Amino acid sequence: MGTAGVSASCINMASCSSLKILTLLSLFLSPTIVETNNIEAKAGQFFSSGHTNNWAVLVCTSRFWFNYRHVANTLSVYRSVKRLGIPDSHIVLMLADDMACNHRNPKPATVFSHKNMELNVYGDDVEVDYRGYEVTVENFLRVLTGRLPPSTPRSKRLLSDDRSNILIYLTGHGGNGFLKFQDSEEISNVELADAFEQMWTKRRYNELLFIIDTCQGASMYERFYSPNIMALASSQVGEDSLSHQPDLAIGVHLMDRYTFYLLEFLEDIHPSSTTNMKDLFKVCPKSQCVSTPGHRTDLFLRDPGSVLITDFFGSVRKVEITTDTINLTAPMVHLEDTRPVRELRTEIQTYMDQLPVAEIIHQKPKQKDWHPPDGFILGLWTLILLVFFKTYGIKHLKHIF
Amino acid sequence: MGAEQKFLVCWCACVCVCAQKRLWEGTEVGTNLADGASDNKVDHVHDTMQATDAPPSPPAKDQTQRFAFDERIWEATNVEINLVEDAPPIRDKEADEADHVLDTMQTQDFPPPSTAKDQFQEELVIKPLHSGDIYASFQFRTQWDTDFLEKHKFSHYRLFPKSLGQVISKFSVRELHISFTQGYWRTMQWGQPFLPSPPGAELWVWFQDTVTDVDLAWKELTNVLSGIFCASLNFIDSTNTVQPSASFKPLGVGNVTDQRFLRYAVLPREIVCTENLTPWKKLLPCGSKAGLAVLMKSEKLFHSSFHSQALHIRPVCKDWQCKSTSWELRQTLNVVFDLHTSGQGKREWSLFKMFSRTLTEACPLASSSKVYVDITDNPQGELFELSPATPLVSQAVVLGDGRTYSVYDLTDHATFGQTHSLNVLLRWRAAESGEMLRPLLHGERYVAGYGLQTGEIHTLVYNNHPYRAFPVLLLDTVPWYLRLYIHTLTVTSKGRDNKPSYIHYQPSKDRLQPHLLEMLIQLPPNSVTEVTVQFERALLKWTEYTPDPNHGFYVGSSVISALVPSVVAMDTNNTQERPLFSSFFPCKEESTYFMRIYTEPLLVNLPTPDFSMPYNVICLTCTVVAVGYGSLYNLLTRTFQVEEPSQGLAKRLANIIRRLRGVPLLT
Repeated sequence: MGTAGVSASCINMASCSSLKILTLLSLFLSPTIVETNNIEAKAGQFFSSGHTNNWAVLVCTSRFWFNYRHVANTLSVYRSVKRLGIPDSHIVLMLADDMACNHRNPKPATVFSHKNMELNVYGDDVEVDYRGYEVTVENFLRVLTGRLPPSTPRSKRLLSDDRSNILIYLTGHGGNGFLKFQDSEEISNVELADAFEQMWTKRRYNELLFIIDTCQGASMYERFYSPNIMALASSQVGEDSLSHQPDLAIGVHLMDRYTFYLLEFLEDIHPSSTTNMKDLFKVCPKSQCVSTPGHRTDLFLRDPGSVLITDFFGSVRKVEITTDTINLTAPMVHLEDTRPVRELRTEIQTYMDQLPVAEIIHQKPKQKDWHPPDGFILGLWTLILLVFFKTYGIKHLKHIF
Repeated sequence: MGAEQKFLVCWCACVCVCAQKRLWEGTEVGTNLADGASDNKVDHVHDTMQATDAPPSPPAKDQTQRFAFDERIWEATNVEINLVEDAPPIRDKEADEADHVLDTMQTQDFPPPSTAKDQFQEELVIKPLHSGDIYASFQFRTQWDTDFLEKHKFSHYRLFPKSLGQVISKFSVRELHISFTQGYWRTMQWGQPFLPSPPGAELWVWFQDTVTDVDLAWKELTNVLSGIFCASLNFIDSTNTVQPSASFKPLGVGNVTDQRFLRYAVLPREIVCTENLTPWKKLLPCGSKAGLAVLMKSEKLFHSSFHSQALHIRPVCKDWQCKSTSWELRQTLNVVFDLHTSGQGKREWSLFKMFSRTLTEACPLASSSKVYVDITDNPQGELFELSPATPLVSQAVVLGDGRTYSVYDLTDHATFGQTHSLNVLLRWRAAESGEMLRPLLHGERYVAGYGLQTGEIHTLVYNNHPYRAFPVLLLDTVPWYLRLYIHTLTVTSKGRDNKPSYIHYQPSKDRLQPHLLEMLIQLPPNSVTEVTVQFERALLKWTEYTPDPNHGFYVGSSVISALVPSVVAMDTNNTQERPLFSSFFPCKEESTYFMRIYTEPLLVNLPTPDFSMPYNVICLTCTVVAVGYGSLYNLLTRTFQVEEPSQGLAKRLANIIRRLRGVPLLT
């Protein structure tokens, strides 16, 4: 069975793991039916994890240069999920400040996660969807709940459905029950829990993995009450999350401890890894993190041990291969251009004069308000005078003046 | 097909050679610009891509007409260079090139030219600046004969990016110009750029006159563009959008202009970084995989003094008669590298040093792919040495001045030599380059005054021409929170009042629209014209402050459009083929050229409340102290007495009467 899994993984790296698990399960349950229901089992396991697409919302909520590490945190998660196959169109990346092209950055267009400029997590093809002043609590909640203005481009939307696994990663400065955005506003854990409930009722997710790297991070997931949410935090209530990797050339800390070890963990993951969430919970023990990372799984229905890391951090497509020939019988009908061709313009087009001085000087100022025509006013006065003299005549003039 | 093409190409080469002969009889075109007869023509190297331009299908009569015309406009020359000893005879060279074209046409499987009505050109201009910096300017042009506005027409996109084509047809765009710039172009040190752009993001769009609700279309368009370019263009709203009355005329062809269909906005705060470059590169037909775009590594491009990327869409003439139009998409990227300081004082640069890459091929989809190096100041090679040497030299009129360029044609395999890579290297011989001519037009701007209540905006416009006056059109957009005192507007040059011949002022509305001020000013020769206007700073509501209000608030650059007298005669024929960098602004007269420059953006401090936590803590504790402690203190220190209940009004009146009567009072 193992060899079958490996050979299958040539075509489809991810189905390998689920295949193994399912076959093992089926071996335990009903060893005799395995052969007969082989095909059904194979077909069924394609959807064992229950999701068909993956999304990620990665948010850095801190502004200013000394918060370099928060941008690096977010970008390192971005790097990992992109490497594991989630395309840019399925990642909503929010960065509250521009560290890469900041004037204080000695190496422009880079953000490093490791000392001595070892790993550039900014990359050469990053796409930031919300940046600078756009990163607000309002925009974040709107992205989650999908209540955005109609003209918002697709790249700024979370277009997930009830078969989507969503990874939400937040980092910034926080406290007991809140996370600050841009040093000027904050989101509370109740607001966040309500947003997730709204997502659940709107069927915007299948399963949701919430990770937060901030001080007292565990307080942010305390109030969650919607199903299918697994949550991780870098520190317990009452603990600070600490920074890591001070760099003398850049002059600031490059990463936070929890995300640093998370990145190290994720760097070893590849699309066919069988590493599960239990391993993720072990990332950054107190000896490394100084704070105690926390997790919450009571809302999650599956056993964390059976949930692959790639269910959230990667976009692994299940591919079913058929050996049958499929005939495409109806070729595309080429539409002939039957409409009359627009007649050629006869007048010769010219380029505009870029600074038509004479034309500008003689431009008439536009009359803003409507004004009755002069003739009409003149006529009206004539009429009034005529009526006056007709009625009183010239002799009564002295009574008036 | 092959034979026909071969015939055509040979014939074309003959025609070209004839053209050259004719020209050489007239004038001996050298690199010397002062040769009066050749001044008014854009002489540049004839690239035989003409052969690919001319589709083989049209009838011969058309061809002759076309070539007759070409003969008139092209003036193709292959200037012999003394540097190269073994330059082949011209006729052979031409034939070689013609053969080469044939090769490329046969080997690369282009679709037949009759169906593909689009073409792509790329070029890179490198100009050593007098300050020791290097100016590199990329231009990519995609041209397509199609009609985006016929919405039901099925279009197959080949070279033109589909995302932009859909934007054009959905919003009925006539012209679209967008630029993202990091840093400020220092005119006094660097001279004029080929394409100007203000710091931050700039967007101006001309809509077709079929658009009914321009504001709505503009709003949606900015949102869509913000998605395409990963930029915060969605911050463009009515508070920073203006509708200029005379500036920003369409750059493309078209006979009618109604300024109602123009919208202009600048976001001076906009940051430009890799995330803007990534989608910009994706719009190129070859992406960043081949051609000149392989040089665009963000780590190098952003490690520069100035970075500007832009995109211009406009209709241009399809043929020389200009009876029909095609769409042109021009993507430009301008960078100024400060190699002088980073290179330990050695003035030496190469493509590899600038971009950490060398060129190995042209974009296979490009009909022309060239690298130009400006050698105007170096006619005999005494200032610097350029290697590898190239036999091709081109002359062009750029910004009113004739310039000479060494040309590397990337479509020619010989350019890459034995190593199969091109690394243009420039080594300086002289320690100092000569003095730079002062730019004829130059603008500056600053805020004067002290305190947080009032201030004054000063705009200085320099005319450095010794004896000629010329008009400039100044456009100022000031956000509503600076309340302009328009009665204090003064325009002075040479100590005297300079009355603008045209003023358009649109006052601001709080939280709705910005101030717009447009003035047409005649600049006297050799003068500085100063425009001042006072303003008052408004108080914002507390939610309107940005998260970092102490940084200040930006006011976009002033735009100065001018008709500057040119040194050499300009080429008024806008339809002919020219190097891309010299053919952007259409030219109407020979004696002047159009130029647009931008001043610095302003950073203005507004009165800002203290949003910090200590302040809020102090406020809160003060309130607690005032309410809590104050009332307690009050209770403890006050003495309490029982107050006599006062008598009613009726009783008091009765008592007055009783007192008068002398009877006992009521109690």
